[in-house]
Amino acid sequence: MARYGMVIDTTTCVGCMDCVVACKTENRVPEGYNRDWIAYDTGGTYPTLNMEIRSERCNHCDNPPCVYCCPCGASHIHDRGGVILVHHEKCSGCKACIAACPYDARFIHPEGYADKCTLCIHRVEQGLDPACVAVCPTRCMVFGDLDDPNSAVTRLIQSRRHHTLIPEAGTEPQIHFLT
Amino acid sequence: MRELVVTRHNPMIDPTLNVWGWEVPVYLFLGGLVAGMMIISGFFITRGRHRQEVCSCTVLPSLSMILLSIGILALFFDLEYKLHAWRMYATFQPASPMSWGSWILILVYPVLLATMMIRPTSWLSRGLPVLNRWSRTLNGSEHRIRMIGFANIAAGIALGLYTGVLLGALGARPLWNSPLLGLLFLVSGLSTAAAFVHLIATDAEERQLLARADNHFLSIELLVLFLFLIGLVTSTQVQIESAKLLLVGDFAPVFWVFVVGLGIIIPLIIQSLAVRHRIPHTPVAPLLVIAGGLVLRFVLVAAGQASHWTRTPGVH
Repeated sequence: MARYGMVIDTTTCVGCMDCVVACKTENRVPEGYNRDWIAYDTGGTYPTLNMEIRSERCNHCDNPPCVYCCPCGASHIHDRGGVILVHHEKCSGCKACIAACPYDARFIHPEGYADKCTLCIHRVEQGLDPACVAVCPTRCMVFGDLDDPNSAVTRLIQSRRHHTLIPEAGTEPQIHFLT
Repeated sequence: MRELVVTRHNPMIDPTLNVWGWEVPVYLFLGGLVAGMMIISGFFITRGRHRQEVCSCTVLPSLSMILLSIGILALFFDLEYKLHAWRMYATFQPASPMSWGSWILILVYPVLLATMMIRPTSWLSRGLPVLNRWSRTLNGSEHRIRMIGFANIAAGIALGLYTGVLLGALGARPLWNSPLLGLLFLVSGLSTAAAFVHLIATDAEERQLLARADNHFLSIELLVLFLFLIGLVTSTQVQIESAKLLLVGDFAPVFWVFVVGLGIIIPLIIQSLAVRHRIPHTPVAPLLVIAGGLVLRFVLVAAGQASHWTRTPGVH
């Protein structure tokens, strides 16, 4: 069984937002909404400051609260790669999943259903990378199977220092950030 | 220092979560009120009070039905995909408190209808004479009446608890993430229901009984609220920050003045004096309790949405 995930190198990400534009174009994300975005995270004490630039999106969690709270069965774990998806035709727009996501990765599409990153599963099923990964000019994003010990994502996680977002929320996120 | 700049600006999410406006607190309030009314009328019925000439338990089921329907209408207004509201009834999702709630709402109506049949109101039985026949059949067995009473209590507890569990199960919002929220909403539902029945009761003895019961409910509510806050402030940093929203933050004035002061402590003092016959019963205390219950839902829904993991210092 494949487990799809992403590894993003924050040391090479320059925050150019190409991934954001690619996603909006590929998935026809309506104006004013985002399935992925850039976070500029600055910490420390002046003059010793550290900035981490991250391309963020749904973390396709292994323990997804958005799926558990859905009263309609619209939010679900896809058979292929454990990707978290939404059946638009089943969604009632109750917004429980938006409140349940600690990453604020979901939003209500103007047509009324909950929407979010799909890891471009329609492209992945054709053997392509997600749109955001495909366009990254610094090649800081890698998509792959985290269950495959020989995949590029697994090797990067094994060899580099990395973290996930809010692991203490217990959601077991599958987007890993190299530092 | 830590500064987080995000290029995203999704409506209803940024800068803080704002998915639930007035509709959800109104529903949570009315759901809790109806839950409390069902428990009270169920208690009266199991004690045989429905046989007395004047008992508010004869009007509570129809009032509950109206109030709950208004609450569900508010919930319907909140849905973003209204044509798909029926989707909640095309499935049962055991891990989703909202799914449990939507099915509990379906179970509540037959229980209320059966309770209405015990003593159908005169205008209804004039229009539908068959109701009198059903009522006679129902009243032919004391066991059946008691079962209806217990069904009211069970459905009321389920309805009252779930409204809090619904929010409590959302771990992404630290303020809500407490098992005590279910209990708090249940007890608050009971106190507002006792106040509401106190307002509409025509029997002096019943008013006295409900004022006394309301004092107990308000005292328990105060205790549960205290434990809820203690649970937050003795937990992790995100929970401590979320508790600060209520205790000293943006929501503190409304929380302390309208929920704790005017909603619980002042009516508790007034009603304690009233049940000891130091002052007469007036609608002031029950009205304060009802308003306090409504404000509690508004404050908790709004503050819960403002509480967040990533806005806590030191948390990515």
